[in-house]
Amino acid sequence: MIAGEERIRAAFAAAEAEGRAALMPYMMAGFPDREAGLAVAAAYVDAGADLIELGVPFSDPLADGPAIHAADTKALAGGATLRTALEVCEAVADRVPVVLMVYVNMVLAHGGGAEFAKLARAAGAAGAIVPDLPLGEDEGIRDAFHEAGLAMVPLVAPTTPPDRRARIGAVAKGFVYLVSTVGTTGERGELAPELAELVAATKADAGETPVAVGFGIGTPAQVGEVGKVADGVIIGSRLVRAADEGGSPAGAADAVAEFLAEARVALDG
Amino acid sequence: MSPVEQRFGPYGGRYVPETLIAALDELTAAWEEARDDPSFNARQDALRRDFVGRPTPLYLAERLSERVGSRVYLKREDLAHTGAHKINNALGQTLLAQRMGKRRIIAETGAGQHGVATATACALLGLECVVYMGTEDIRRQAPNVERMRLLGAEVAPVEAGARTLKEAVSAAIRDWVANVDTTHYVIGSAVGPAPYPALVRDLQRVIGEEARAQALAAEGALPRRVIACVGGGSNAIGIFAPFVEDAEVALVGVEAGGDGIASGRHGASLGAGQTGVLHGSLSAVLSDEDGQILEAHSVSAGLDYPGTGPEHAWLRDTGRASYVAVDDDGALGALRELARLEGIIPALESSHAVAWLLENPLQGDGFDLLCLSGRGDKDLAEYTRRTSAA
Repeated sequence: MIAGEERIRAAFAAAEAEGRAALMPYMMAGFPDREAGLAVAAAYVDAGADLIELGVPFSDPLADGPAIHAADTKALAGGATLRTALEVCEAVADRVPVVLMVYVNMVLAHGGGAEFAKLARAAGAAGAIVPDLPLGEDEGIRDAFHEAGLAMVPLVAPTTPPDRRARIGAVAKGFVYLVSTVGTTGERGELAPELAELVAATKADAGETPVAVGFGIGTPAQVGEVGKVADGVIIGSRLVRAADEGGSPAGAADAVAEFLAEARVALDG
Repeated sequence: MSPVEQRFGPYGGRYVPETLIAALDELTAAWEEARDDPSFNARQDALRRDFVGRPTPLYLAERLSERVGSRVYLKREDLAHTGAHKINNALGQTLLAQRMGKRRIIAETGAGQHGVATATACALLGLECVVYMGTEDIRRQAPNVERMRLLGAEVAPVEAGARTLKEAVSAAIRDWVANVDTTHYVIGSAVGPAPYPALVRDLQRVIGEEARAQALAAEGALPRRVIACVGGGSNAIGIFAPFVEDAEVALVGVEAGGDGIASGRHGASLGAGQTGVLHGSLSAVLSDEDGQILEAHSVSAGLDYPGTGPEHAWLRDTGRASYVAVDDDGALGALRELARLEGIIPALESSHAVAWLLENPLQGDGFDLLCLSGRGDKDLAEYTRRTSAA
């Protein structure tokens, strides 16, 4: 097992030992600004996050809905770069595993898979999600990540055919990121009714590798519901909104901590 | 026929969210089947003839030829219905969508030409149509917005980023991710994830096939050079494709030089960009050191895009085609020159190709073929604004 994968699996195992799903909040580095981003990351750890999904700001985030796209734009306007995200990673990676969410053009611009993985590992990152690098396009970069000890976490969507889902499950390292619904990231009123079935099928394909569910999870009740069937729950746009409404680094930290505390209660319950 | 290409050398591919992969597989299979189906082709050919007005003429521009000192033939895509080559792609893709049982069509548009072409084809076939357009472009291209609405399309404003073409493409892709079961995305150029670059090239190839036969009929020989403007590159790849095997024919793509390459404000991703991923394919893009996509700049909205089709990047690397740039002032001057010499007002996009020709006359025997990709009526306000301000 590679180094980053080991850390991620241990975090899922620890949550499982407590009889609950792992809690994985998402944040955008440099959002609402550099300092508030660092405060949000620290607040995530203090509020009981098992892992952190750390978004690297990008100009053209195709997999993201309006809330996270706006956060990308604001972070970039504030001067954020990959360096800003690695700084957040360095600050918290000794306490929880950090999984970067980075678009492929940034990997290429920083020297390709091997060079990028070196930077990410040096900052303590355990894994990476590249949302625009699906199975079939990813071989070179995936191999380079794994050689460097950075787990490449693949996505599975409701539209992924079963045979393809099995192939994705077979190459996954760390965990499989199951997209709950057809569409981009963002809060939704209702979860897809067939989600439990989809989680079960994905878990069967992933074998020993945990399955975490993200996209559209925005209330503590939804966190609790998904936590009953999945190994991990990812909360994104809802927390990005909370961080934005915080008003200051301390306010952002308080706002996200408050939501995460409720989410933990829902998971524990 | 050979399978639809997924890559051109290292370029192309499908760098998109996992949600879209199944739809791209479905589209690939549908196109491989349709393009070899005589009934599909018969229907498309009939509509190209009776609705679009194909074949478009190949016109020997005598006064222009006199001015440059050698014979120049213009392939008159400006005379196609809706005023540009865009209708070739829009008609073909909407026929394909209909065949696939998809009743809802989405598209993006910058200047509005592709939006108008798609709205036109949807009206013809009775399909629902939503066109994403940046609010800055909506402001600049009001007549085309009215045309789309009159044709029954919904124009969906996009507020993100610089509120132009790049963001309109992103918005359309996001819509597609959310509605992939019912919706077909008619991308407007030879860009995007596979199979789009090959699909759009196949549909625009008619330009080059007609022009090659027309040139042989007129001259008994092939042109020495084929010249076309390149933004995303659909008119260029369409006219280049049938000449790629003719090694003696030079292929010249003209990119937007904007305020000049040195200014950094341009649209020349092939000449002055990097290798990167934009909107689903690996190609030449304008991107900074951190990997952020940059805004393009051009007087012509159709060339105002920070990427280009992956097949062009491969034609560049293999040396089969060469890519040059013409700046805004050159294009504005060429628009006026062609209007005065030939009584043809070219689109500002096509004017880039004309400008390069005027500066680089053919040496020795033979003749040139230039793709006049669209008409310039849409650009009159911009032309007047830019030339009276100077």
